[in-house]
Amino acid sequence: MADTKMHVLVCGGTGCLSSNSSDIVDNLIAEIKAAGMEDEVKVLKTGCFGFCEKGPIVKILPDNTFYTQVKPEDAKEIVAEHIVKGRKVERLLYMDPEKEQHISDAKHMDFYKKQMRVALRNCGFIDPDNIEEYIGRDGYQALAKCLTEFTPEQVIEEVKKSGLRGRGGAGFPTGLKWQLARANDADQKYVVCNADEGDPGAFMDRSILEGDPHSIVEAMAICGYAIGASQGRVYIRAEYPLAIKRLENAISSAREYGLLGDNILGSDFSFDIEITFGAGAFVCGEETALLRSMEGNRGEPTTKPPFPAEHGYWNKPTNVNNVETFANVPVIFLKGADWFNKIGTEKSKGTKVFALAGKINNVGLIEVPMGTTLREVIYDIGGGIKNGKKFKAVQTGGPSGGCLTEKDLDTPIDFDNLVARGSMMGSGGMIVMDEDDCMPSVARFYLEFTEEESCGKCTPCRIGTKRLSELLKDITQGKGTEEHVKELKRISQVIKDTALCGLGQTAPNPVLSTLAAFEDEYMAHVKEGRCPAGKCTALLKFFIEADKCKGCTLCARNCPVGAISGEVRKPHAIDQEKCIKCGACMDRCKFGAIVKH
Amino acid sequence: MACNCCNGEDKEKYAELEAFIESLPTTKGELIRVLHRAQGIFGYLPREVQVYVAKKLNIPVSKVYGVVSFYSYFTMKPKGKYDISVCMGTACYVRGAERVLEALTKKLGIGTGETTMDGKFSLRSLRCVGACGLAPVVMIGDKVYGRVTPESIDDILNECE
Repeated sequence: MADTKMHVLVCGGTGCLSSNSSDIVDNLIAEIKAAGMEDEVKVLKTGCFGFCEKGPIVKILPDNTFYTQVKPEDAKEIVAEHIVKGRKVERLLYMDPEKEQHISDAKHMDFYKKQMRVALRNCGFIDPDNIEEYIGRDGYQALAKCLTEFTPEQVIEEVKKSGLRGRGGAGFPTGLKWQLARANDADQKYVVCNADEGDPGAFMDRSILEGDPHSIVEAMAICGYAIGASQGRVYIRAEYPLAIKRLENAISSAREYGLLGDNILGSDFSFDIEITFGAGAFVCGEETALLRSMEGNRGEPTTKPPFPAEHGYWNKPTNVNNVETFANVPVIFLKGADWFNKIGTEKSKGTKVFALAGKINNVGLIEVPMGTTLREVIYDIGGGIKNGKKFKAVQTGGPSGGCLTEKDLDTPIDFDNLVARGSMMGSGGMIVMDEDDCMPSVARFYLEFTEEESCGKCTPCRIGTKRLSELLKDITQGKGTEEHVKELKRISQVIKDTALCGLGQTAPNPVLSTLAAFEDEYMAHVKEGRCPAGKCTALLKFFIEADKCKGCTLCARNCPVGAISGEVRKPHAIDQEKCIKCGACMDRCKFGAIVKH
Repeated sequence: MACNCCNGEDKEKYAELEAFIESLPTTKGELIRVLHRAQGIFGYLPREVQVYVAKKLNIPVSKVYGVVSFYSYFTMKPKGKYDISVCMGTACYVRGAERVLEALTKKLGIGTGETTMDGKFSLRSLRCVGACGLAPVVMIGDKVYGRVTPESIDDILNECE
């Protein structure tokens, strides 16, 4: 390491790996070897850099050059130009869309400027498979500090003082949760890490596990010390093979280094971690359902109380936190609770990771201080809406959340503000939608999801979500009436009031929030038989604008069902009865005379 | 105690599963772990395998079936040689995953959760691969294809020869 003058970091997150970043690593190593520089230049496959839109990403240290959309065949040029001759490869640098200039250092890019990386501090900096790199960035120091300087009660006090709240969805204060688990005496207690990230469109936990697995191992050990547990379990989705591999590796190297196992760091504290696989059920993100699944059963939630802090895994006191929550823990001890609670808003401290996706220019994983506004996230970091379209809504909180609109853009994002506006933080999925997205269809999409994922235990959720999804289907297929909309509201309220667990109680949120902001759009569907966004095929009608039509007959000749008629050089017309709404006419017309609405 | 009714290949598979179950320190609460391994060995979880697991773990078959049918990761039908999954996560959905799925259904002549007659392709939808930057995403086996359009599926299917 001492002779290494340069590090080449290649993103090994799922997005970049899908774009062959492994081949980039292989080619870079081969080219560096061919140049005889293998002692001076080290190539590392790291976790996610976050800027997935422009992946695969290659970063070169120490000059911090950030190459985007690199292909395996670019390795040759990067080595020959940048590494051997010290000249940056201009064409691979990020192009600032506004100034139309190349930017070479990531810290000057709008995407990174407003970000603050706490939970993601090591993602994209270290080789996740090498424990020494984690240790090199102060890894396991927080654990050592807790074991040598703090009593378990002081550890809990410190977490409480930091103001950390659970990042998995509801935002329960983490320190309080630990305290409750500590207060219950038992011969065995458990620390569980919820890595069953099931929100479609969220991938922050996966990125942390893939990019910085040791931070989770360390935090779970700290939690074990605090609550008095000697066993930890990570409940992880079987669909995340790479994260599983890296975590397994991290656990076994922590054991080798004496950071897991008996008498950690010479103390009388012993702790070990095992991995349990989930099998694809959204409801298992709910902690009581998760515990049932860990015991090998159907993942059905149970009523609370009793809370897992009393009767959890195998009926023993259990503390469940999600991945991102744990990732914050070591930092609190490294930098102090006072440092942590200065970040964020009054009641939501620290940062939040969001998976920014949908119709936005810079899709990726971002981390911002709580209190950042949606506008800053969408326009400054996200680079605005794709293809210059108009912003319509942003969906936060996944299937349990809701849609926020233009009027919410300047709201500082925190747990309470999002709930007050009919959505929620959830795990941090943030899906941006533009003018082409139809809100009843979006609500239908989410309700089809919850209908499928409802565990079936309680009636309001099992039947209620099915009824909601049927009503929404009718509306988007042009069979809806005003009664449908009324019924949507009524059933939503019943489900909210009576469902057993968080999944059911929040399932109507996508319906209620879109109804609140876009009732006119629902009404257009049911009263006028019209889909304003032009998305619901069953409601579309194609028309020929007479003043633009030249009577060239091209559309009539291409209509597969002979629905278009008219004389040559005279305006044509579409027979709505025959039209199958395939859009072939519109695609062919050279005069833009065919419109749909 | 592998069953006697099956051919040699199956016998080996059952033996592998049996060895795995016996290697566990306890079978208490290990049903899901065992089913993961069983699906890894057999490729899917037909009735016979479920009955076998129930017997080995000394639990009712109804409990095994209850768990298998509850979790989307477990399948009771064999998958095709090429297992195609279309991501229906929200990011992919708003970028047109529905149309991609529709096009695949038409092209292959099967619905989601089904396998073609020749056993070559099976089609599924799944929730979020975590590659939202590449939306919409289609996976064939472990390979991820990004920015897929209804028009580009022919190229992808042609690779499966």
